[in-house]
Amino acid sequence: MILKTRLFGKSYEFKDIKEVLAKSNEEKSGDILAGIAARDTAERVAAKVVLSEMTLEDLRNNPVVPYENDDVTRAIQDGVDPNAFSMIKSMTVGAFREFLLKSSEDEIENIHDGLTSEMIAGVTKLMSNMDLVYTAKKIHKLATCNTTIGERGTLSSRLQPNHPTDGLAGIMASTMEGISYGIGDAVIGLNPVVDTISSISAVLHSFKDFMVKWDIPTQNCVLAHVTSQMAALQKGVPMDLMFQSLAGSQKSNKAFGITVKLMDEAYEVMREKKSSRGPNFMYFETGQGSELSSEGHHGADQLTMEARCYGLAKRYHPFLVNTVVGFIGPEYLYDGRQMIRAGLEDHFMGKLTGLPMGVDVCYTNHMKADQNDVENLALLLAACDCTYFMGIPGGDDVMLMYQTTSYHDIASLRDITGKKPIQEFNQRMEELGILEDGKLTKKAGDPSIFTA
Amino acid sequence: MNEMIKDISVVDYYERVTIDNPRDTESCIRLKKTTNARICLGRAGDRCKTETLLKFRADHGVAMDAVWSEVDETIVDQLGFFKVQTLVEDKEQYIKRPDLGRVFSQETLDGIKGNCIESPDVQIIATDGLSACAINANLADIYPILIDGLTAKGYTIGTPIFVKYGRVATMDQISEAIQAKVTILLVGERPGLATDESMSSYMAYESSTLKPESQRTVISNIHRKGVPPVEAGAQLVNLVEVLIREKKSGVELKI
Repeated sequence: MILKTRLFGKSYEFKDIKEVLAKSNEEKSGDILAGIAARDTAERVAAKVVLSEMTLEDLRNNPVVPYENDDVTRAIQDGVDPNAFSMIKSMTVGAFREFLLKSSEDEIENIHDGLTSEMIAGVTKLMSNMDLVYTAKKIHKLATCNTTIGERGTLSSRLQPNHPTDGLAGIMASTMEGISYGIGDAVIGLNPVVDTISSISAVLHSFKDFMVKWDIPTQNCVLAHVTSQMAALQKGVPMDLMFQSLAGSQKSNKAFGITVKLMDEAYEVMREKKSSRGPNFMYFETGQGSELSSEGHHGADQLTMEARCYGLAKRYHPFLVNTVVGFIGPEYLYDGRQMIRAGLEDHFMGKLTGLPMGVDVCYTNHMKADQNDVENLALLLAACDCTYFMGIPGGDDVMLMYQTTSYHDIASLRDITGKKPIQEFNQRMEELGILEDGKLTKKAGDPSIFTA
Repeated sequence: MNEMIKDISVVDYYERVTIDNPRDTESCIRLKKTTNARICLGRAGDRCKTETLLKFRADHGVAMDAVWSEVDETIVDQLGFFKVQTLVEDKEQYIKRPDLGRVFSQETLDGIKGNCIESPDVQIIATDGLSACAINANLADIYPILIDGLTAKGYTIGTPIFVKYGRVATMDQISEAIQAKVTILLVGERPGLATDESMSSYMAYESSTLKPESQRTVISNIHRKGVPPVEAGAQLVNLVEVLIREKKSGVELKI
């Protein structure tokens, strides 16, 4: 493995793979904050050149956090299929980029169990934005909970009816408005203010009652800490999907209050007690920068750490995984340009890992970004068959205090790309007179449909 | 000539339903009263109406401008604040480098030691944080209440310090430099949509760089429509008494 190159007469030498990975990353304020970014554009390109000549085996053998010290590394490495790995291990990262661009969906699916997160992060750093869109569009991962997500021609949405005090009436008002726009085929999922068993139970019951009363084929979820959800399950609360935020290292997961062992236990409890039918019943959220924020990045760049979140997520055969791309703040992703790049990277990496990948396309008020940036990224992601997006009243989350895609945006994205919700959900929306041929009817967008 | 287009920032949209021909308008109003989420908006095709769009842009605009605004230094000058700056050089660096916004140069620390009252019972600090507008809106109201209340209770008060481009942790370095018992830091919060004036107060007993963040007792949401600054000032005076009596703060303090 050679860690040295020349560019326009100037020599560049890197001390290890971790440095090459960090310096070949597109510019992110988080890598600059961590002090690991390329000094200038030429050094960034030199790092990409060196990376392009490494083999996938080099990347497998040099995880950014050592196997002995980290349960995420172990989960990823132990999950590699040796046969799939042997098919690709001698490919350079540069050749792997071309393989992905040339190959069919089936050919990519044949090798994706041979990949580790460092390989996926590596090839992502060599891809341009359109490369990321072009390749991600080939990959469709189906997953089944009560319904099946990820079919070609579908564009799904999480209905996110957050409320500043978890008021049930307000949560259900936002839910009614969302369903009246055809939102919620991925999940009706609340970020709770209060992480108590009684509050989680009340919200899950309300969602379930609404789904039963109006015969809405979807899944319910409350995005509380996994231990609170385990406790709620023990009380027999109807829970279709279990949620947890994931990070890409053992140390950062500790900051989230989880370990791989705990997640293994949670998965088993959920498998036994869940109210949903299918084999996929976990929901994970991630986002570039969380490892640096909890001082668990081990000197690695935020893109590589993010790829490792997907490697860990794969262990649990999730129904939903999404990055919350612009939530963490401008010290990690400074502006709309960095947010758009990160959103495309994360979606691509999730798909290549073999996940039914969605994106929370979002920003906070201290970022140099606005709703036009959200709309740009959402359109790009819709073009590459992103599995699902968030749907929030007016794009304004009144609990988490950030902005994301609105109910209107989901309807518009479906219209622009000719896509529909998940089949059973779509059919029910047609019966209720909300959608016709996948488009909103005159009656749509009126929550009082559900107050009758 | 004096006619003016209505101010969309003051329209009360808690009850405003803009759906064309809803099935049941009364129900829509009832739903709307249960949440401040942007529901019952109606639509133009699949997109939102012009009023909805402009209201959103106005609410985001005021929040975004607050982040990039500067504190009106005539306010801190009039109140007699000693002015210092962190290692941050400009607003953009402030946003990108939170680490630099937490520390001072040795020269600045020496300046604080040389110019400010040593070992006061209470040290007051104000800093722009993520909304200078919050300081501009609240400081002149809360500061006299603090001074009057603390003086009446017989506490010695340090030279007030204004930190330009500061993060919360600057209070630890200042407290260590001048050996204050209780340190109060007033800071502009990250603005939400349509709220640019919200300020937080962090306070700690013997605030220290060696202690975890959990050393701090917090009052947030200080602004006209939240906890009014005059009321927050009175609460802070009472908290100072508790902190000095208990000799601790933050999670260690069970209030």
